[in-house]
Amino acid sequence: MQAIYDFFRTLPVESLNYTFVVRALFAVLLLTPLFGLLGTMAVNHQMAFFSDALGHSALTGIGLGMLLGLSRDLDLVSMLVFGIFWALMIVAIKRTGAASADTVISVFSSTSVAAGLVILSSGGGFSKYSSLLIGDILTVAETDLIWLLLALVLGIAVWALIGNGVLLTGINASLARSRGFRIRLWEGAFVVLVAVAVMLSIRWIGVLLINALLIIPAAAGRNLARSVRQHAVWSVCIALFSGVAGLFLSCSTGLATGPTIVLIAAACYMVSLLVRSVRK
Amino acid sequence: MTHVCHLCHIDLDRISVTRGGQELLHEVSMHIHCGQLTALIGQNGAGKTTLIRSLLGELPYTGKIRHVNENGRDVPHLITGYVPQHLEFDREMPLTVQDLMAAAFSRRPVWTGVGAKTRAAILEALKEVNAQELIDRPLGRCSGGETQRVLLALSMHPAPDLLVLDEPVSGIDSNGQTLFLDLVSRLRKNHHMAILLVSHDLRLVREYADHVVLLDKSVLAQGAPEYVFGTPEFDRVFGSGEVS
Repeated sequence: MQAIYDFFRTLPVESLNYTFVVRALFAVLLLTPLFGLLGTMAVNHQMAFFSDALGHSALTGIGLGMLLGLSRDLDLVSMLVFGIFWALMIVAIKRTGAASADTVISVFSSTSVAAGLVILSSGGGFSKYSSLLIGDILTVAETDLIWLLLALVLGIAVWALIGNGVLLTGINASLARSRGFRIRLWEGAFVVLVAVAVMLSIRWIGVLLINALLIIPAAAGRNLARSVRQHAVWSVCIALFSGVAGLFLSCSTGLATGPTIVLIAAACYMVSLLVRSVRK
Repeated sequence: MTHVCHLCHIDLDRISVTRGGQELLHEVSMHIHCGQLTALIGQNGAGKTTLIRSLLGELPYTGKIRHVNENGRDVPHLITGYVPQHLEFDREMPLTVQDLMAAAFSRRPVWTGVGAKTRAAILEALKEVNAQELIDRPLGRCSGGETQRVLLALSMHPAPDLLVLDEPVSGIDSNGQTLFLDLVSRLRKNHHMAILLVSHDLRLVREYADHVVLLDKSVLAQGAPEYVFGTPEFDRVFGSGEVS
């Protein structure tokens, strides 16, 4: 890793002299493509609210880790386990048709936020956990990068395997089934994949903004694309651009990184809206 | 494959479906013959959709569904093609006709693009339903009739033993209806497959069906269209003078 830091020092960008900025850059390069890719499906199948609820459930996951006395690295495990459990619960209850999807998701979202806040503030105030809300990508450690690399490789592999099934299921479940796709399995695999991506990144992006990273680049890409492939390419490019530009802008101006990344993505979205209306 | 055997068929033997303590289908027995268009008719709530969902393996049922070949032997696999009534999807979604078909035809993830071989196969399939010009069109910009033709092309590959058409022409203008059902009739002849058509349009059923099954939780009458349309059960369900 030292050789990489040395290489970046030779570049004419002042902020890259700092090893924590280089690590953050790698984190952005690993994290944003996966979010860009998964986001395409989330925006096409009205799952934006669902992924928001998942992000919120990280609070409960960390709270449970604290209750179990887990260390900082291990509370990632409690977040992952709880996030996956919560995602599958939402899907299962949605399937029963007991209430409309947005109602079910809202109930689950609020419950996990409340439970997380109760647990995390029980030891004398929530303030020491407030960094969870906006995250800080500049604190990424080398071991975190390995986790993110694993998530990216695994995420792309799983998405390659289930993408077609999820796409057809979103168009018409019976049609997908008649083509031999096991729709419950695909749906479950997709929400687990989103849960894993969200939980692994929450410490760096924050509970409040994680959903923006998933949704905004994909929403902007959707305005520019005509096909599934174009959508994936635009979404990943916009996510990468927002991530890298946001990181450098925040470093040179002293602004918080996560929100800057999201603001740049939002600007891309506005431009995409403009392009779309001109094309029409 | 243009010979007509009338022996190869899909055999539905006493199919019953119960959900939430309510019996939705009661011992429905029928044969869907290869090379024939069998129409399923009945009022809303008669169990037509339930029967289709059972055939597609989406609902648990009691009874037997067998695929029997010309020699009277059971064929283990039944390849079912399915054309849904309509697609409820976000019409602004970036998704071309090619994307939809490639997702079903190929294992390669569509988000990585569509290979030349798959594109050729898609074009071939679309040609069969006179829709090759739609290949690069966003699915959301296709008319109702065009979408149904695309879905028909999709359902024909791999060549199905049984093609299930669930109200495929409702909401399509009359030109589109005729075009679609003429196509289905031609495919039936060329591929000698069994077709099950669910339709509310009794005029079209009379014109295109070889065999009609009148359903109201169980089979009330079945046979040639003229026969079924003349039964007292038909009058009871639809009222007399329904079909001119």
